[in-house]
Amino acid sequence: MMKENMSNSEESLIKPKTLEEVRAMIKSHKRNDFIFSSIGLLTIIFALLTLLILFVDLVMDGYPKLNYEFFTDFPSRRAAHAGILSAWVGSSLIMLVTFVTAVPMGVATGVYLEEYAPKNWFTDIIEINVTNLAGVPSIIYGLLALGLFVYTFHLGQTIVTAGLTLGLLMLPIVIVSTREAIRSIPVAIREAAYAVGATKWQVMLHHVIQYSFGGILTGIIIGMARALGETAPIITVGALTFIAFLPPAPLTSVPPFISFEWLQSGFTVLPIQMFSWLSRPEHAFHINAAAAGAVIIMLTLLMNGTAIWLRYRIRKNIKW
Amino acid sequence: MAQNKLDIKAEAKNLNFFYADGTKALKNVSLPVYENKITALIGPSGCGKSTFLRCFNRMHDLYPGNRYDGQILLHPDNTNVLAKGVDPIEVRMRISMVFQKPNPFPKSIYENVAYGLRVRGERSKSAVDDKVEEALKGASLWNEVKNRLQDLAFNLSGGQQQRLCIARALATDPEIMLFDEPTSALDPIATVNIEELMSGLKNKLSILVVTHNMQQAARISDYTAYMYLGEMIEFDATDKIFTNPSKKETEDYITGKFG
Repeated sequence: MMKENMSNSEESLIKPKTLEEVRAMIKSHKRNDFIFSSIGLLTIIFALLTLLILFVDLVMDGYPKLNYEFFTDFPSRRAAHAGILSAWVGSSLIMLVTFVTAVPMGVATGVYLEEYAPKNWFTDIIEINVTNLAGVPSIIYGLLALGLFVYTFHLGQTIVTAGLTLGLLMLPIVIVSTREAIRSIPVAIREAAYAVGATKWQVMLHHVIQYSFGGILTGIIIGMARALGETAPIITVGALTFIAFLPPAPLTSVPPFISFEWLQSGFTVLPIQMFSWLSRPEHAFHINAAAAGAVIIMLTLLMNGTAIWLRYRIRKNIKW
Repeated sequence: MAQNKLDIKAEAKNLNFFYADGTKALKNVSLPVYENKITALIGPSGCGKSTFLRCFNRMHDLYPGNRYDGQILLHPDNTNVLAKGVDPIEVRMRISMVFQKPNPFPKSIYENVAYGLRVRGERSKSAVDDKVEEALKGASLWNEVKNRLQDLAFNLSGGQQQRLCIARALATDPEIMLFDEPTSALDPIATVNIEELMSGLKNKLSILVVTHNMQQAARISDYTAYMYLGEMIEFDATDKIFTNPSKKETEDYITGKFG
């Protein structure tokens, strides 16, 4: 009697399902898959469409100006003759300074923090700070740079100041991406290198940095793309909005053929040129602004595209 | 035991090992490693056999806070490899290691084998070429890869990758080679290849191998040590351990009563 009761109650808890019921259940579970992937697809389409519309709009507005002269003309009071020569040259030179300062420092810091630094409260503080730095509003960097580079070091409102400022801005991005890239290298590979008698430096040079290069490079390019579009810190350190001259050329015809005078030159950059045109009342200048905007977006897309391509190329040979 | 007839290549004496969190993983372990013999370490998971193996090439030094107490003497020069004054790099130059999972570098087959020589500053191309060929032959891999030395090591099969790792460890003429469960990630055919390879290698060097596979220990080793909970329970000739162990615990493990 007792036994019967028990088996009855067990049956009422979990009934064996018929094949039809199992099929119905799987069907309803699969419906969830479908709903989720549809929502995901919709959000992606929405995000991409927004970007596309923005870009197409800029290109259409700026289309009349997107020609060769636009890249070779200085800014001008007459919209039809105004171009972005000084802006793109300024942006390029500043990016060069940014690259030369932020990349070695960022990679070295990332490698040090990840591989060499002892784990204690001091490195914990550094780590928290670096992570937070990536989220500091860019205008704060501008103010810091104004106080430090312009007023304390007397570097002036020059290309070198702007480059160093954007370098600071980019530094945490490079550090964080370097650390992420290094962390993805399996312990087994490091141990293999140590086991044949490599020193720490050899392991870094021959293995860790080489295998994490794709990730580091991605971080560098994404950081550069962000720095390229920055306006606020550049205004703070004193970018000019109207420049009708080029900085002295870095390469000269007389020995030693390399000149660093350009570092001391005043500058403007693409986003500031765009902003200054946009603040004019005449519609013709708005066309110039749209064209400059299209150029910035194209450059950014180009850089991000390069990052993806390089990462793919480099990682193709590495399978963990 | 036939100890006095054989040369001892290395011996652990009263070795204690502590992980950074304070865990005592080895308790007063002593073990001789005989020259040109294969010594197998067996025991259930977590008994400390891998930990013990990794003491021989100071692998534990890579992670801060680990502590050794005791000696591992390397003969004939009687160097205590665990001594503070002895550089772990120097130890690893003399004692090489093959790991549980094949871990080739994401480089060419050639560069994988040559890496130990590069680290030692060998610049002569022909000398490195010769050594790479010799090591690949020693690891019975030469015939399979001689026409594609510049291919990526990842393109090899699992068993070939493990033999490549053996070639890498062999290229620098080590005195002892440590194997940490070298076949646990491989299929039976690849396992047989590696085992035959190891038996051939002992003419050149001394081998210490950790294995969780008792049949493997019985097949390839000359001496076997049974470890349990960080202690060395019994060490003897492999035949003796598997046919007539002197300790009850060893017998229980060998006969599969636990483990």
